[in-house]
Amino acid sequence: MIKGKGIPLAISFLTGTIIIIAFFIPHAPFGSFEEISLRWYSIIAGFTMLLGVDSLLRLHTNKIKRKENHWAYSIVLLFGFLLIVIVGIISTIRYGNAFLTGSGFMYMYDNMIIPLQSTMFSLLAFFIASAAYRAFRARNFDATLLLITAIIVMFGRVPISEMISPKIPIFTEWIMSVPQMAAKRGIIIGIALGAIGVSLRIILGIERSYLS
Amino acid sequence: MMKIINYLDHIDKRWIYLVLAIAVIFPFLFPIGCPMKITPPVSNMYNYINDSIPEGGVMLVSVDYDPSTMAELHPMGKALITHCFSKNIRVFLMGLYPPGVGLAQDMISNTLEEWNKSNPDNIKILGNDISLFAFVPGVSVVILKMGEDIRGTFNTDAYGNDLDSLPIMAGVNTYNDIDYMVDLAGSSVILSWIIYANGRYNQKMGIGTTAVSMAEYYAYLNSGQANGMLGGLKGAAEYEALLIKNNVSQDRNQASIGMDAQSSGHLTYIIFIIVGNIIYFIKRKKEK
Repeated sequence: MIKGKGIPLAISFLTGTIIIIAFFIPHAPFGSFEEISLRWYSIIAGFTMLLGVDSLLRLHTNKIKRKENHWAYSIVLLFGFLLIVIVGIISTIRYGNAFLTGSGFMYMYDNMIIPLQSTMFSLLAFFIASAAYRAFRARNFDATLLLITAIIVMFGRVPISEMISPKIPIFTEWIMSVPQMAAKRGIIIGIALGAIGVSLRIILGIERSYLS
Repeated sequence: MMKIINYLDHIDKRWIYLVLAIAVIFPFLFPIGCPMKITPPVSNMYNYINDSIPEGGVMLVSVDYDPSTMAELHPMGKALITHCFSKNIRVFLMGLYPPGVGLAQDMISNTLEEWNKSNPDNIKILGNDISLFAFVPGVSVVILKMGEDIRGTFNTDAYGNDLDSLPIMAGVNTYNDIDYMVDLAGSSVILSWIIYANGRYNQKMGIGTTAVSMAEYYAYLNSGQANGMLGGLKGAAEYEALLIKNNVSQDRNQASIGMDAQSSGHLTYIIFIIVGNIIYFIKRKKEK
């Protein structure tokens, strides 16, 4: 009789084994199991979002209560959060799907979220400029190598390099598709082998840290 | 001399921001019009769409990015749609994440407007030549389900119309009916398309990703799991250059115009790195 910690271990073993079988035998009854398990995963992931929302709201309400630094921004955040949730609910009731063109939710998305997110991301360019000036130093051989390669790739990835020499973009493409890819492939294979190792340890019940 | 070096070393970062802002804005006012070298990953994708998809064929574009990477990926989608329009290829758009649906709607309305304005003899209609699937949550589940039944996966388009009622859906049921797909994303969702759509259903596919992410996907390009890749704004600009070269587009488009600003921006970064290092070495020598 399986009881206590044996139950989750048995579930892990059965689920892991069936998914491995389903990969190699994509026919009934295993074929649909991968799809079902991915759907379950999506549902569980949806609940984790609730935890995130709870944590976010708690953090900012506490900030407002304690009048911490920049607490006024927390009011803006809470207002924005509530507004999008309310508009989303109204749009869903009215249109059946909040993501349909013409819904209030999509209006807010197009006219508020898109410009705000684009602006936030474009600010990164300025921080990178500051970092390039202050932090990107040839302190040793490795850093120098990285710096020279970065400059070549950065220059070769823009068409102005073609005006200086047509060989620069060709060399940049070679860096990307030969040494860069070789290193990246090594990393990918290493990660894959590591993932297989950890997965086998979990399936076989050797790795139990997720139970604690 | 040391006074200048010290001043430059401790310069207010707002000056750095200002120099960069000028470097980026200037080319928009006075375009440089740099030449464009077409790289193999871009020409491979262009040639496949141009030569291997028949007239009336089907192309799928998955818009899996959010506004933060829109500047790089949006022009790619527009260039791909324009190319498909010129070849009378039916285009389906979709988004695995909610932000993508809004961006895809914007992409469709802009491209349709521009195309119909410049090609009055070959008008394209939403629902006949291009469509956007409704958002369905699930990411990998959606990709897998599309391999079995596309109509059953989405049911409606993003505008609330029943998929069965759309002329564009004629003969489109699974990946077998899609000639080519391109995933536009700046995240690892591209891997889900490679694993499930390409790996399980042999869906021929290409990748459109941000410049910073493209290093991630050269291995999949080399293995043949993807046959083409558009990397960053440069990839989009190269695709636009191919459209102009082949008389599909007449004018320089969003990415090509943006490349001048990016050229100037990259050059500014390089100058900053060189100046920063000169200061560093002078100070280090002095300290010794």
